[in-house]
Amino acid sequence: MPDFLTAYLQSNVTPGEAGSAFWALIYVLIVFAGISVAVMAMNWLERKALAHFQIRLGPMRVGPHGLLQPIADAIKLLTKEDIVPSAADKFVFWLAPLIILCASFTTYIVVPFGRAHAITDLNIGILFMLGVSSLSVLGVVMAGWASNSHYPLLGALRSSAQMVSYEIAMGLAVVSAVLMTSLNPSGTGTLSMIGIVQAQEAQQTWFVFKFFPLGFIALGVFAIAMVAETNRAPFDLPEAESELTAGFHTEYSGLRWSLFMLGEYAAMIAVSSIAVTLWLGGWLRPFPHWLAGQSWDLVFSLFPGLLFLGLAAIAFVGVGRMPKHPYFKIQTAGLAGFGAVLGLIGVVLFIPPVRDRVQDIFWFIAKVAVFMYLYIWYRATFPRYRFDQLMKVGWKVLLPVALGVLLLTAVAGILF
Amino acid sequence: MQPVATTFFFYLLAGLAVLGGVLVITRRNAVHSALALILTLLSLAGLYLMLYAPFVAGVQIILYAGGIMVLFLFVIMLVSIEKSQKEEQFNKLWLVGLLAAIALGGLFIGVYVKGKALFPEAKVVLEEGNNTQGIADYLYGHYLFTFEIASLLLLVAIIGAVVMAKKRI
Repeated sequence: MPDFLTAYLQSNVTPGEAGSAFWALIYVLIVFAGISVAVMAMNWLERKALAHFQIRLGPMRVGPHGLLQPIADAIKLLTKEDIVPSAADKFVFWLAPLIILCASFTTYIVVPFGRAHAITDLNIGILFMLGVSSLSVLGVVMAGWASNSHYPLLGALRSSAQMVSYEIAMGLAVVSAVLMTSLNPSGTGTLSMIGIVQAQEAQQTWFVFKFFPLGFIALGVFAIAMVAETNRAPFDLPEAESELTAGFHTEYSGLRWSLFMLGEYAAMIAVSSIAVTLWLGGWLRPFPHWLAGQSWDLVFSLFPGLLFLGLAAIAFVGVGRMPKHPYFKIQTAGLAGFGAVLGLIGVVLFIPPVRDRVQDIFWFIAKVAVFMYLYIWYRATFPRYRFDQLMKVGWKVLLPVALGVLLLTAVAGILF
Repeated sequence: MQPVATTFFFYLLAGLAVLGGVLVITRRNAVHSALALILTLLSLAGLYLMLYAPFVAGVQIILYAGGIMVLFLFVIMLVSIEKSQKEEQFNKLWLVGLLAAIALGGLFIGVYVKGKALFPEAKVVLEEGNNTQGIADYLYGHYLFTFEIASLLLLVAIIGAVVMAKKRI
């Protein structure tokens, strides 16, 4: 390996801090590709999990257990006719999905997947994330207006009203977590995403458990507001099928529609990672102080490899249960190959240098995955809110609660 | 980190800001004007970043591009664009506009010519890493009274808006 590769891999700073444009580019590409793959996986998981919630099988035809369904979906979307309504404002119609996509992907610049695994660390990290993700409202409004049709316009109005109202409760909840970072001898807090996680490390507690139940309530407010912010069930009024067809993207088809989907799921992952960074200790492994010591470090560092080996085992069980008909020969071989790849990744993750390097990324992604599963769970469980109820929850419940938590956190911070 | 291609980015962002500004006043379609204004505001945020003021840039994006412009678009969207495009503007203030433009342009040229004498030569060393903390120190320390007065002013405006909009409180 060339020297600059090994030199960088041994350092413990982000590419932004190291001032290396080359590594920053590599990280951007990895994150972009990773998020796109995660969106596809999430798409499959959502259809599959929703189906099982409703006692159906979900996608089963394309590949074993529908594993190749996202790829089939992608091909379908790419080859579909791209329709632009004749009365639409062409330029704005073209711009809207791009704005949503850029807004949700740009936020990943500051997401800390690990101490050294963020593209860069900004002094205004969390502010940057909230600000850039709030730009996606513009895309929604533009899409609704440019379609020049009734349903999209109503959907966009609802959506922007909802996103603007829940942003306030969300911001106040975030402020109470940022306030907790200042509870150190120097009395200076931080907005930087890496700094927030390091503050939790220094205070030896995740902020969700800090001043119990204050941190927990703040996380709760954020977790509700973030579902509303990303327009997902039970707050998916902008896309309420029975009333508004598909809301602001009714007139979109094919590739442009898939850009909306990509942006929505990327935004879901982004807000989940805000929640994980602020309250759930970011990349820190569980119990870093309670179960401290080298042997516990070793035990926790085996988790990523074990997870992949477990997935490989599930894949091989699936191979054994495939129908024995010759028609399923290719599918069975494919599933076995998939299992072998997973097993190989699992084995690679046991190698000590890789293990140490990958650990923090693994714990971060594991925590984000919990939130992503919650999104699916909400969607399967809760009925949709009515619009006045939605506004009532946002302004009359979440906002006062978040404000109260903020004040109490400040009082608790002074007292203790 | 050493700055990369600073002059290029400055001229790019400045050019975009000017382009956006020109488009705001030349487009007939109000929504297009609002979008051009967003372009201007975002390039200004980029310029703040280049001045090592990330907090100001972030606030610019959240408040102006993300907050105020959404409300602008919200209102403009509900106006019938076809009708407003056909209507002729009735308040033609060519003379006042021309005078204001000449005054502002003269000011700019004056600053450009005499800039060296007017502004301090030395570059301020700015710590990018402590921008937010520095602003907080000034706002809540040195300028606390002014800051609170400004927030009171905003509160009065909010209450006034509610009183005027609601028939019965």
